[in-house]
Amino acid sequence: MTTRIDTRFAELQAQGRSAFVTFLMAGDPDPATSLAIIKALPQAGADVIEIGMPFTDPMADGPAIQAAGLRALKAGMTLVKTLDLVRAFRKDDDTTPIVLMGYYNPIYIHGVDRFLTEARQAGVDGLIIVDLPPEEDDELCLPAMRAGLNFIRLATPTTDDRRLPAVLANTSGFVYYVSITGITGAAAANATQVGDAVARIKRHTALPVCVGFGIRTPDAARDIARAANGAVVGTALVDALAKSLDSEGRATTGTVKAVADLAASLAQGVRGAARAAE
Amino acid sequence: MNSRPNSFRSGPDERGHFGMFGGRFVAETLMPLILDLEKAYAEAKADPAFQREMNGYLKDYVGRPSPLYFAERLTEHLGGAKVYLKREELNHTGSHKVNNVLGQIMVARRMGKKRIIAETGAGQHGVATATLCARFGLDCVVYMGAVDVARQEPNVIRMEMLGATVVPVQSGTRTLKDAMNEALRDWVTNVHDTFYCIGTVAGPHPYPMMVRDFQSVIGHETRTQMMEAEGRLPDSLIACIGGGSNAMGLFHPFLDDSSVEIFGVEAAGHGLDKLHAASLTGGRPGVLHGNRTYLLMNDDGQIQDAHSISAGLDYPGIGPEHSWLHETGRVTYLSATDEEALAAFQLLSRLEGIIPALESAHAIARVIELAPARASDHLMVVNLSGRGDKDVPQVGDILKGRKTT
Ligand SMILES: Cc1ncc(COP(=O)(O)O)c(C=O)c1O
Repeated sequence: MTTRIDTRFAELQAQGRSAFVTFLMAGDPDPATSLAIIKALPQAGADVIEIGMPFTDPMADGPAIQAAGLRALKAGMTLVKTLDLVRAFRKDDDTTPIVLMGYYNPIYIHGVDRFLTEARQAGVDGLIIVDLPPEEDDELCLPAMRAGLNFIRLATPTTDDRRLPAVLANTSGFVYYVSITGITGAAAANATQVGDAVARIKRHTALPVCVGFGIRTPDAARDIARAANGAVVGTALVDALAKSLDSEGRATTGTVKAVADLAASLAQGVRGAARAAE
Repeated sequence: MNSRPNSFRSGPDERGHFGMFGGRFVAETLMPLILDLEKAYAEAKADPAFQREMNGYLKDYVGRPSPLYFAERLTEHLGGAKVYLKREELNHTGSHKVNNVLGQIMVARRMGKKRIIAETGAGQHGVATATLCARFGLDCVVYMGAVDVARQEPNVIRMEMLGATVVPVQSGTRTLKDAMNEALRDWVTNVHDTFYCIGTVAGPHPYPMMVRDFQSVIGHETRTQMMEAEGRLPDSLIACIGGGSNAMGLFHPFLDDSSVEIFGVEAAGHGLDKLHAASLTGGRPGVLHGNRTYLLMNDDGQIQDAHSISAGLDYPGIGPEHSWLHETGRVTYLSATDEEALAAFQLLSRLEGIIPALESAHAIARVIELAPARASDHLMVVNLSGRGDKDVPQVGDILKGRKTT
């Protein structure tokens, strides 16, 4: 089965460039502004859009994304509304891949089968669930594959050659390499180390490898895009959003533009990379 | 409800499941380390030298065995069952927490880890961790919710005196669950040299099993001591439950003795219809902090604020083995409110000259109700998991009307 993710990476491969992948939290700072931001991202140059599913206890996230989740929850965001957001986005965009990223509990409580059906109908293409390692594949990974959704796994510096095959076995869409041991928002790894790690992963899989955690500037995005099939930027975009809010944490007239402008300059960085890693 | 298993003591399975509960719901970064830990613990458990060394420290450093004490005046006052107190509050550092910390620190040493992190609610687990890190010359960082830092100040001072760094956690509800989130974030970041010493029977496999094993010394001693005192097994066991480690430690060796009635007591806070911390009574199965277990949450799967007067019980979850014992019906789970715990705190202080931890006072609160309804030859053991020194300022303020629960 081919998803929008597979199609997009095949196109990029043909164009000889890497993907610019964005992450923002669904419903941050409120559902309407969040939809406007996400709608602006493809125009700004995002090739793949990751949308965070807010959770009260994001154990792998740093302060910026924790705060984004809390803003969204405070604005009444729920898993159901996150799916509504995707549905609304899909009205005018049937090609940009959407990946939902978050933690398992809200999905478990919603009901796995019901969630997968609704997510697929809404136009979701893939899932990244931080607290579901391969040891728990029965929970969601295997049902998601059966439902036609990509299950994108995180590989990390602690995922050694012995373990990589297990991590890659049921992974589809792309592999998300977390360049550091740490939480979102921490410092980045350098491009040389990332290049070595990507090469190591590519010895085990034909899937595209995208790299995230700690990429903040167009230059860093360019360097990573040279070393991998995609560069993921989250915290920097979330910070730009947060900075545009008023003292009460509400959206201002500058919010959508602040995020879209940064996304555009990061996209320029990615497009400036000579040629994607093969 | 599951069908009745042949044994209640054989869990977890090789994937860390107690029935549908438990498991390993962690970020990939941690997974290799958790598998290493599982292996290191299995090797240690099978190594007689490890057991010998641990027993030596349990005896001469912790001060075990802890006495099983017949609470004569409490028994007289209640006019029913014969009430015994398992005196975990007499351990070095003042609670049962040290039993588990000793075991984990010895495993950490075997694994060559030099930096120890821990989460703490009441501060008892933090103090025990800081103590053993001082003893073995290890770096120690303790995460504690900012709310708990304020209400358990004596323990914060103790940890700092022992050389630990206490980090007040400002995220989320600023209590135990947030301290655990922050400890997990530290662990993900410093996984190469850091050992996470979890303070209760929760977290990803193998923690619930390992912590239970280290705490089971409580139940094993109780068995021997009761045989010596009365020539037979107790008829009932009672313990308070935050994550459930003091309770699992007392209960586990008795789970297959069907004549023994077993009661766990959760914190009912302001009342079960208001803010509380009774995950089994008021929650449902979900996934948090590495395991599937009963949790307090809303319909969207967002974790809800717990409340208890006692920082050590103020947690919206419970260890997965308790969730399983609840569903199988082997253990009966009750609850006690802030008010009931406060009353029990004072009663035990006045009648026995023992000031209990507010956590343990929740178990005493249910003894006050259960004991009078039982015959005078009924042998009831309550786990006195900790002493109340840390709570004296807080309870003093409440009793003098300067603070509310
Ligand atoms: C004295 C005492 N009892 C009980 C508890 C609750 O923990 P657990 O349920 O793991 O025994 C604590 C936790 O801080 C404690 O300090």
